[in-house]
Amino acid sequence: MKQLHELTIKEVLDGYTNKDFTCVDLVSHFQKRIEKYNHKLNIYLALNENVLAEAAAIDNEIAEKGITRPLLGIPFAVKDNFLTLGIETTASSNILKGYKPQYESTVIEKIKTAGAIILGKTNMDSFAHGSSTETSDFGATLNPWNVEKLPGGSSGGSAAAIAAQLATVALGSETAGSIRQPAAWCGVTGLKPTYGRASRFGIIAMGSSLDSPGPIGRSVEDCALITEVISGKDPKDATTSPSPVEKYSENLYASDLRGIRIGIVKEYLLPDMREDVKNLILDAADKLRLLGATVDEISLMDPKYAIGVYTVIQRSEVSSNLARFDGIRFGHGRSVLCEETKRRIMLGTYTLSAGYYDAFYKKAQAVRTKIVDEFKEIFKTYDAVIGAVSPGPALSVGASKNQPMFGEMEDILVEPSSIAGLTSVGLPCGFVDSLPIGLQITANQLKEGTAIKIADCFQRHTNYQVFPDLDKTT
Amino acid sequence: MHTVTVTPEEVKKIAKLANLKLQDNEVNLFAGQFTKTIEVVNELNEIDTSKIAETYQINGLSNITRTDEVDLENVLPQKIALREAKNTHNGFFVVDRLIDSDAEELI
Amino acid sequence: MKATPLIGLEVHVELETKSKMFCGCPADHFGKEPNTQTCPVCLGLPGALPVPNEKAIESCIKIGLALNCGINSLSKFDRKQYFYPDLAKGYQISQYDEPFCSDGFVLLDSGKKIGIERVHMEEDTGKLQHVVLEGKKVTLVDFNRSGVPLVEIVSRPDMSSSSEAKEYLKKIHEIVRSIGVSSADMEKGQMRLEPTVNVYLEDESEKHYTPLSEIKNINSFNFASQAIDFEITRQIEEFVKTGIEKSATNKTTRGYDAVKKMTFLQRTKEEAKDYRYFPEPDIPPFVIENEMVDKLRSGLPQLPDQVTADLIQMGIEPKYVKIICNNPEALAIIREFGENKEIEINKLASLLANKKIDIKGDIKGEYQKATQTGNTNVGELKEIVEKIIADNPNLVAEYKKGKTGVSGFFVGQAMKETKGQADPRTLNKIISELLNR
Repeated sequence: MKQLHELTIKEVLDGYTNKDFTCVDLVSHFQKRIEKYNHKLNIYLALNENVLAEAAAIDNEIAEKGITRPLLGIPFAVKDNFLTLGIETTASSNILKGYKPQYESTVIEKIKTAGAIILGKTNMDSFAHGSSTETSDFGATLNPWNVEKLPGGSSGGSAAAIAAQLATVALGSETAGSIRQPAAWCGVTGLKPTYGRASRFGIIAMGSSLDSPGPIGRSVEDCALITEVISGKDPKDATTSPSPVEKYSENLYASDLRGIRIGIVKEYLLPDMREDVKNLILDAADKLRLLGATVDEISLMDPKYAIGVYTVIQRSEVSSNLARFDGIRFGHGRSVLCEETKRRIMLGTYTLSAGYYDAFYKKAQAVRTKIVDEFKEIFKTYDAVIGAVSPGPALSVGASKNQPMFGEMEDILVEPSSIAGLTSVGLPCGFVDSLPIGLQITANQLKEGTAIKIADCFQRHTNYQVFPDLDKTT
Repeated sequence: MHTVTVTPEEVKKIAKLANLKLQDNEVNLFAGQFTKTIEVVNELNEIDTSKIAETYQINGLSNITRTDEVDLENVLPQKIALREAKNTHNGFFVVDRLIDSDAEELI
Repeated sequence: MKATPLIGLEVHVELETKSKMFCGCPADHFGKEPNTQTCPVCLGLPGALPVPNEKAIESCIKIGLALNCGINSLSKFDRKQYFYPDLAKGYQISQYDEPFCSDGFVLLDSGKKIGIERVHMEEDTGKLQHVVLEGKKVTLVDFNRSGVPLVEIVSRPDMSSSSEAKEYLKKIHEIVRSIGVSSADMEKGQMRLEPTVNVYLEDESEKHYTPLSEIKNINSFNFASQAIDFEITRQIEEFVKTGIEKSATNKTTRGYDAVKKMTFLQRTKEEAKDYRYFPEPDIPPFVIENEMVDKLRSGLPQLPDQVTADLIQMGIEPKYVKIICNNPEALAIIREFGENKEIEINKLASLLANKKIDIKGDIKGEYQKATQTGNTNVGELKEIVEKIIADNPNLVAEYKKGKTGVSGFFVGQAMKETKGQADPRTLNKIISELLNR
């Protein structure tokens, strides 16, 4: 018999319908777990003080109308860069300590309209600047599998919340790896939608041409259900796609992958990558073949160039997006910004400055075109490309210190797909050193359905959805 | 190829442009780090982009606008607009004086 | 030493749209309680995003068309980055290298063309007020104006006197008002002026340029004119004294003191401003199709200069033209009776201009009453008309091409010759006969 914190979205909704438990039961259960484990892992920064009242209201609704909304009573952990009314939002930076948002993000509005209930805001790299959650001004989050390890980032808190089973589902955001990489290091599933698929309105901006909000959950299925709800054109975000939102859940439960063509990227099997990690990826490729897909080795541009492109574009946009934090209309003074944030603002200011714009920003955007075109070409023949999410398993606490390009280096394998605005699912595909390893299944823009189909089929035919026993690891 | 050493002088200039106050040790630290970062970025020069146009909009959209209509629903009441500021006075945000002038700026 | 002033003008026009440039807040901010018309977007709150106002863009293009600009088929917004308390986001969304309109001109009455480099869109900043609070010098900030749409019109430095500058400003003002995109009320700050002045000096074979000065905070055409005159004199004197020439780094910003009637140096930073422009990633670019431009062009009312030219061609004396132009009802009447052979159009214009006719009355009747039957001597009149025809072969050619309206010119001239004594009906018959032969 599954415990309440082990349930998927569907199982929770069924439980409500069958009156196995109430929303108040589920929320209280999570509250107790959070009380017990959060201080050990530093996952939640702020909790929703109204949560029990909201849960009670949901129970009333269920009693009166039954389940008429797709995420009714589903408890969420939300990354602290989403503006949430009534809950302090800080982007894990001291400059926003105490900030109570004056409006709410579109994605949050959407999940609330769908009936979701927010448990609290999760820790992240400060302003999403990192791939470790170590640059947070409020301490690093620890990896629920091994508290001497980092959970990855920047959505480390959200990924850890799922691994530690302190919420049913979570929201994160990815600029280049920030959903997929912590999902990989924490052994859970994350979905990065196509850039522009879900609205950025109300999410503290990092890289405006890259940021993509998306779900982190126990399964591809849960991620698909959430993606359905959060996607869609937003009149308040001019970069959202007018393309109609598909029923992504219709791509679940495929019995096999016959007819699907997959490319495994030769260059993503990095020369200095551990053999055991490489083998897990090659293993995954074999499993996909057994499911009926053709998996060919393909060649793409050396991902090292993506580091340069991403570093320049992201830091340039960051330097501009953080200019509004001047302490006049909200927040504190700029002197409290952490070192990583200052570093990125400075580098971005430098790359946009007179005399350097052509050499850096323009150049990066031109190489970006090459990366985009290369993917366009490959997707003429293939439905998806796969590879590891991360060069290796979770690194130890402290690994990111004094590494001025830690994040950009760690995310080498996911930067190309982010730069091209593609969609990708990151899901567990095995363990090394008792730490999870993640596989990325990347599809063309607006082909979430394809990525979901492949990932879900792989997940149902493998056994990697496992969760750490916190009483042992913490 | 364009080898760049970022000097502490340049770092100070950038800090000013970026509205950041840096300590001396930070200036030197950043100068060293930026030089290394720029080395990585400069690898991009290995790729010939002479015939390639820049990508500024990754999902191919264009001509996105909104109709000219007032949307009162999203206008913030004065109290809310001012609520998160440290310093306000009679409905205004307050900052320390920058320019030495008692006249109203602009118009 | 020969001195030629080189004067350029940057004019900002506040558009009269209902909502702001990038959000749905009301754009009409004049006289409102501070910070009562803001939202996350124009207040620069974390996570807010801009969405451009369609009507504002159309208005910008209309202004460009009215100023004879080319409308660029590809255009985009860019971020102009600098820190200032009235700039909520720490950058202004403006246009840098791909504005909506470029390369136009304005014709002065003298026929001189003043080049227009560009017409682009941007958003306004908040408003600052410098006060003393509890003994401390502070600045109060109101963001009601933040995000209001502005169109910036940048001229080439083609004006060589303060009077040319004043005329240029008046024409811009007129054009903007006539196409209905803004009241351009100077007192409300809906039209702001910034002259940039320097002087070209020639001394035998030596050529010199004085350093550029940008003059800010000018809120009337007269002040602009005075400031320019003062500045020209000052720069020449300064050059004679110091010999300092224009360079890439010595452009200054000056304010204008209307009481003392002089410009003064504002405390500016020595370094040239680095705005770190880059394309606005939150707003997709624009592809402006010819169809859309044609539609906007056809929707434009006839512009003041065009109307003037038309009236003159009809044979109306210049002294009446301006008055008629500024009176929509009189203009409508002139247009209605323009082709009417029984009415001498210049006479009608003079009657309207001198208010000798009730506009709302029976125009034809009043006209006939006001004009007496005059000289009907055909021979005499023919002689006069023949001379006028001989003197104006171009107009005869135009008439023959089909522009029958020019007969009014001949009527006007003949009337002048006969000191208004010719009988209009007879005259018209003669002119028609002679022109058509």
